[in-house]
Amino acid sequence: MYTSLNNRRSFIKKMAILSAMTAAATMFPGIIFAEEQERNLPSGGDLDWKKSPCRFCGVGCGILVGVENGKAVAVKGDPNSSVNKGLLCVKGYHQTMCIQSKDRLTHALVKMNGAYVKTPINEALDLVANKMKETIEKHGKDSVAMYTSGQSTIPEGYVASKFMKGAIGTNNLDCNARLCMASAVTGFLTSFGADEPMGCYEDFEHADYYVTWGNNMAEMHPILFSRMLGQKNSRGAKIIDFATRTTRSSMASDKSILFEPQTDLAVGNAICYEIINNGWVNKSFVEKHCNFSKGLTNIGYGTEDKFKFKDKPEKINFDEYKAFLEDYTPEKVAKYSKVSVKDIKYLAAIYGHPNKKIMSLWCMGVNQHTRGTWMNNIIYNIHLLTGKISQPGNSPFSLTGQPSACGTAREVGTFTHKLPKGVVMNPKHRAKAAKIWKVPVERIPSKPTYHATEMFRAVDRGDIKFIWTQVVNPLVSLPKTSRYRPGMEKESCFVVVSDVFPTPTSDVADVILPASWHIEKSGLYGNSERRTQYWDKMIDGPGDTTPDAWMTIEVAKRMGYGDLFPYSEENHAEEIYNEYRQFHEGKKHGMAPLEVLKKQSGVMWPYVDGKSTQWRFNSKYDPACSNGEDFHFYGKPDGKAVIWQRPYEPAAESPDKEYPFWLNTGRVIEHWHTGSMTRRIPVLHKAMPHAYVEFHPDDAKALGIRNGENIKVTSRRGSCTLPASINERGLPTKGQVFVPFFDENMLINDVTLDSFCPISKEPDYKKCAVKVEKA
Amino acid sequence: MPIISYLAHPQEGKKVELLEALSIINQCEVIPAENKNLLIVVTDTNTDEDQESLKERIEAIESLKLLAMVSGFNTPKNI
Repeated sequence: MYTSLNNRRSFIKKMAILSAMTAAATMFPGIIFAEEQERNLPSGGDLDWKKSPCRFCGVGCGILVGVENGKAVAVKGDPNSSVNKGLLCVKGYHQTMCIQSKDRLTHALVKMNGAYVKTPINEALDLVANKMKETIEKHGKDSVAMYTSGQSTIPEGYVASKFMKGAIGTNNLDCNARLCMASAVTGFLTSFGADEPMGCYEDFEHADYYVTWGNNMAEMHPILFSRMLGQKNSRGAKIIDFATRTTRSSMASDKSILFEPQTDLAVGNAICYEIINNGWVNKSFVEKHCNFSKGLTNIGYGTEDKFKFKDKPEKINFDEYKAFLEDYTPEKVAKYSKVSVKDIKYLAAIYGHPNKKIMSLWCMGVNQHTRGTWMNNIIYNIHLLTGKISQPGNSPFSLTGQPSACGTAREVGTFTHKLPKGVVMNPKHRAKAAKIWKVPVERIPSKPTYHATEMFRAVDRGDIKFIWTQVVNPLVSLPKTSRYRPGMEKESCFVVVSDVFPTPTSDVADVILPASWHIEKSGLYGNSERRTQYWDKMIDGPGDTTPDAWMTIEVAKRMGYGDLFPYSEENHAEEIYNEYRQFHEGKKHGMAPLEVLKKQSGVMWPYVDGKSTQWRFNSKYDPACSNGEDFHFYGKPDGKAVIWQRPYEPAAESPDKEYPFWLNTGRVIEHWHTGSMTRRIPVLHKAMPHAYVEFHPDDAKALGIRNGENIKVTSRRGSCTLPASINERGLPTKGQVFVPFFDENMLINDVTLDSFCPISKEPDYKKCAVKVEKA
Repeated sequence: MPIISYLAHPQEGKKVELLEALSIINQCEVIPAENKNLLIVVTDTNTDEDQESLKERIEAIESLKLLAMVSGFNTPKNI
């Protein structure tokens, strides 16, 4: 809690101020109230300001934390950070307040006879190591699993990968970035053969148009949205919001275009049709730098256990692709997308305009999609056909949700199929990992095992008998928790949860390990624009709290793998990073030395000859281009990007007579993901104390539903009761309801469906069918 | 004893005037945004009637374009 307040009345006054600041921040992203920030600082204090990336979203804002007498007493934006230039959103500004929460996990807890018993950390780690070892001996190495996070630091992800794949020899490692970024990854790999955006945030300063695809940036990426608004106000740049729900982003945009859920696939193809039909194709770019391919169709939805899919890419030519697009004329698509012919043509004309620079921006709306890989491909198709890519202001920009979904999950590779460089299926990549890890290459298995959803299905089936989760809260964030919660409660699986606060996931744990929070340890994150940022430990954590990386190392040592983890407790983050850097040496992905990261507010990879690379694949900026042309998509063996023929296919589940509404889920500006941190920050909790179900006013009127009335939302999986919200934060289209997922007391993921993109295995949280009734 | 917070939007170019006008009112606390055309106003009054009349006084300020309430807390008199 906010300890500097000395009486209830002044506390309430403070709450009123902070509520207003929260509201202001949602209307004016990046707004600063310097006077109020200064007032929070101890008078005459001897503050030591230390730099770090923000703990929350994938934007990667630089923060400065004011430390006095071993306590974090203030946070402000880092003016030296090119990401946020001193601005912060309401979450960023208040982030350190959660550390002092009264229910902080300060000691290990071991479940004995149904009750948690406070246990010294060393004994708890002994128990974890013994249990893991015993499980492997009894049931084999694929009976144990780790589930980590896009919020794990780079060292934490790296030692988890080394421990599971290099020491134990199982690929049973996946992470929650599977739930948010996996489709972005498969999109990049299929289109370019190399993960992560080619552009950078400086694109905002060059683009004439920003098209946001199913992306409420005003709430989810507020600092970047403020950069767009800044350009809108100063240069007249235009924001076009393309979404299924009217949000704060829509309201601040120049134009809002609404579409029927899932039909973004068809609208994207219609834009490509128009670009070709109107002669807006950049022919020389396409001829020099692009191939055309198609894959399998009717590829399923993954709702059944042990679902398997492997795409079969097949090369096609431009004429075949053009013929395929005949099914996607604006007139045909308008009929089922509910986007007018005029609006489709408007979007196409923006992309096709020869002299206008354009950024496409997307995040969960495109990625959490049963055809998420295809949607990523289609947006790249638009930019490739017009040649508007890899240049300042011409940038398809996949935004990240979590602070190190890129740096840790994607670059270190905490997915079942990944290694710090490359994939487990590739013998050369396994050999490289084995060499750096100093393990026999045979120990690294060549086949991926469980992606996130399938991992928890395996727990439910009893195939996984030991699971260790770190920095993650799957029993709030997984789809269809109505299945996976009972699964985790089964005696067949020993559950270890490392976390900073109690959560619904730690509620089912056999052992709870007390983790250090962000600034209580040193670490590195990698953000959406390939920027790696380092921070030093700033304060000591309470009790027995320990960095996750060090707990993994301690368990590894206890299991007999100590020689593979020769790091020191004091400097392990630094030592691990220096080892990890070896994986990415070279012009295509070179990482900056730690000494550089310590001095600067982040550096973008590829870091070559002391310089960040801002626009990859463009020979003017990227030293890795070697084909002698203006552009070189070197992720693919022939140096060419791929334009994919991807059709529209319906959602896994659509509204019907029994379940007549679409359910869309998402986030709100006040809360970070499952709310385990932000709900412990009084001002944020007060500003948004619970979840709600949003209705279109016409639907509410037809059903006789009033604002605030309790409504039961039910699907074929489960139900959830929430107060109705009409004409408040957002406005869903008719026939759709929206529920944010941050509230552990109103678990909307009991209702959602665990369908996923068969290529990326990323679940679709945006579309399933529900019915609503007064509770 | 109501405590209410508002977002106060000044007329174009009148942010400083609005800040000055609000600052001289005893029951008002004003926090200007550094980089946007917006002020936070928190009022602290003894009764609902006082609160209403204070609100009317604020709304009469010429440099104010819009006063939007954000949150209201009514506290017992003994705290």
